[in-house]
Amino acid sequence: MSALRTTSRLIASSKPLFRPAAFARSYATVDALSQDPTPSEQPRTKTFHVYRWNPDQPTEKPKMQSYSLDLNKTGPMMLDALIRIKNEMDPTLTFRRSCREGICGSCAMNIDGVNTLACLCRIPTDTAKESRIYPLPHTYVVKDLVPDLTYFYKQYKSIKPYLQRETKTEDGLEYRQSPEERKKLDGLYECILCACCSTSCPSYWWNSEEYLGPAILLQSYRWLADSRDEKTAERKAALDNSMSVYRCHTILNCSRTCPKGLNPARAIAEIKKMLATH
Amino acid sequence: MARLSGLQREVLSLYRKCLRETRKKPIETRENFRGYARAEFRKHASVGKKDFSAVEYLLRKGQRQLEMYSSPGIRNIR
Repeated sequence: MSALRTTSRLIASSKPLFRPAAFARSYATVDALSQDPTPSEQPRTKTFHVYRWNPDQPTEKPKMQSYSLDLNKTGPMMLDALIRIKNEMDPTLTFRRSCREGICGSCAMNIDGVNTLACLCRIPTDTAKESRIYPLPHTYVVKDLVPDLTYFYKQYKSIKPYLQRETKTEDGLEYRQSPEERKKLDGLYECILCACCSTSCPSYWWNSEEYLGPAILLQSYRWLADSRDEKTAERKAALDNSMSVYRCHTILNCSRTCPKGLNPARAIAEIKKMLATH
Repeated sequence: MARLSGLQREVLSLYRKCLRETRKKPIETRENFRGYARAEFRKHASVGKKDFSAVEYLLRKGQRQLEMYSSPGIRNIR
């Protein structure tokens, strides 16, 4: 990615590249040379408290471990700090990460009391305050910051998240939509299933066995709203019981926490509207 | 025998389920599955009965493993 960016800049301007070896630095640690000259060279040390639990010693209690990092040498995001801790201080720290740009949803965790993606969460520059990092709340922990999302994925599977259609189009080509019909899917298809919203919902904490939770209901609505899908009636019938949808009490933690800025609560309200007026 | 707590009964029922599941495996590898199940339980025999979080975690882990190993595609275990 950074290599791509360098070439495009070469094409765009004929200026020589001043930043040396921009392609060679790893993204977790900022090279001292490549960084803009900071006004003060004083180290800005910030402390991170990270939840630790090792499944190989199940009798040991989970504990918080503290790490101190100099923010001048760390990238701007929480994920950069975690990767730096793992690379330079404690290789046993475990967390999921993949894309580092908020499109895979792997690094969802609870940072300073808010469920978010570590890769989209800036490190607060106030070094006096200490950051606390936990796994997603009310999930079984696999190790350290890795939550067990098996049941979440099972629930996702249960709503049949794929296009269901019996009839073919007249010309046998793709199923077409009008721009208006496509517009209905905006704000729904962007969901990356990071589980931030579901694990922030108190209703889901107490009823995760039966209540589907905001993330899955957003996806349900994504398929209910799709003009190409022909099984809308069946989908509605599957949701029409007291547990699947109606455990949503519009607490709105989901919309507040969504790191992608989506609104699961609105989707749930739309489902309720569809169920009430069929 | 002393009355068992709910958690203890859950552990025993998981153990019984594991042993029962071995009977669905081919006869020549059945002993391997049985040995594996017994060893897995034996490994954590020292966990205290009041250590609820550890026992609950091991139960969940055991259930996950049982679900995986009971698939008919798995014919042998070492």
